[in-house]
Amino acid sequence: MNNTINTVDARGLSCPQPVIMTIREIKKVKKGDIAILVDTETAQENVVRAAKLQGWNIVEVVSTDGNYKIVIRREE
Amino acid sequence: MKNVFATKWGIIIVGSIIGILASLLQFWGNPVNMGICVACFVRDITGALGLHRAAVVQYIRPEIIGFVLGSFVAAHAFREFRPRLGSAPIVRFILGVFAMIGALIFLGCPWRALLRLAGGDWNAVAGLLGLTAGIWVGTEFLKKGYSLGAAHNTYKAAGWVFPIIMAGIFLLMLFNPMIAGEAQSGVLFYSTAGPGSMHAPLFVSLIVGLSIGFLAQKSRFCTMGAIRDWILFKQNHLLNGIVSMAITAFVVNLLLGQFHPGFSGQPVAHTVHFWNFGGMVLAGLAFTLAGGCPGRQLFLSGEGDGDAAIFVIGMVVGAAFAHNFGLASSAKGVTAAGITATVIGLITCLLIGFTMREQI
Repeated sequence: MNNTINTVDARGLSCPQPVIMTIREIKKVKKGDIAILVDTETAQENVVRAAKLQGWNIVEVVSTDGNYKIVIRREE
Repeated sequence: MKNVFATKWGIIIVGSIIGILASLLQFWGNPVNMGICVACFVRDITGALGLHRAAVVQYIRPEIIGFVLGSFVAAHAFREFRPRLGSAPIVRFILGVFAMIGALIFLGCPWRALLRLAGGDWNAVAGLLGLTAGIWVGTEFLKKGYSLGAAHNTYKAAGWVFPIIMAGIFLLMLFNPMIAGEAQSGVLFYSTAGPGSMHAPLFVSLIVGLSIGFLAQKSRFCTMGAIRDWILFKQNHLLNGIVSMAITAFVVNLLLGQFHPGFSGQPVAHTVHFWNFGGMVLAGLAFTLAGGCPGRQLFLSGEGDGDAAIFVIGMVVGAAFAHNFGLASSAKGVTAAGITATVIGLITCLLIGFTMREQI
């Protein structure tokens, strides 16, 4: 696991803020890996949907104690 | 487990079911083009409790209770019940107040705006344009960092409070049942004329409400979110839901002879286009700043979101003011007080949008 991965912490925030923050980070880093932390199933679904629309791959979605960590990636 | 309700076809099917049920509720007794109107029905409950005394809009609407409890059941069934609160509740309360006032200037929330359109009430077009304009203003704030801050997790019991209130109101209705021709039964008020006197059978309304609450919680159906996501992200996921709802409601209206196109003489509507537009600009902006249409706020309340519950309580208070102060429109049109309240509401929402933002 890369320790310097860009992380967006959107826990506790209501829609559409997790998606806005994710897209902002996507535009900033342009490629590589981003980890997004959210704490509702809805936010998890929305972030995954938005990331795919932006052309990013979903590497993993890890769920622990009601928190979700979504890792997205763009290679080139 | 993949949530099939949150897929494209999931949201289309849920929207279609809501549209069909809404037109059927009208067929079964609900007011015209008001099979479901979240704002109007919350207002009717407010009246039934005696918090406003407009005699024609007083009835405990089981649909609203069903929305919250159906969502509550779905959230538990799918382990999504997440008790949380603390994201600027006082601001959400105020947004609820003005969202309701804006909706009552137009005479309907976004749900009813779509159902009015599906019933041939062309005045709804101005309302939907206003709604879109209000949401657009809200998205501009969102883009610039508008945020009410994070909510935090809370006790399970705290998440149960609002669903219990809803169940309590339902029990109140069972113990103070409607008596034909009587305007009061025990502590509750019942309209004997006007929209409040028109309703589907109690348990039909409740079962439809529970079903929609269940489906909407899983599918995240939101009328405001549909337009917001389309403006903000060019994403039409939720839009599929509300378009399906409008189309199926229209088809069922045609089949049942409930489609009556025109501008004038439409039930529980007025033709003052400017304020149909203006009222919904206010409502749309308030919904966007609060993160959900009135229906979505009820579904969120059911899954433990205490801030959404505060928004709903704001809507109750807004409804009380709207009728006690003569702000609400009627078939005769808007009132001077209503226009004043709309302007105050718009200024308030703009101030909230400009002053509550985080550094990007």
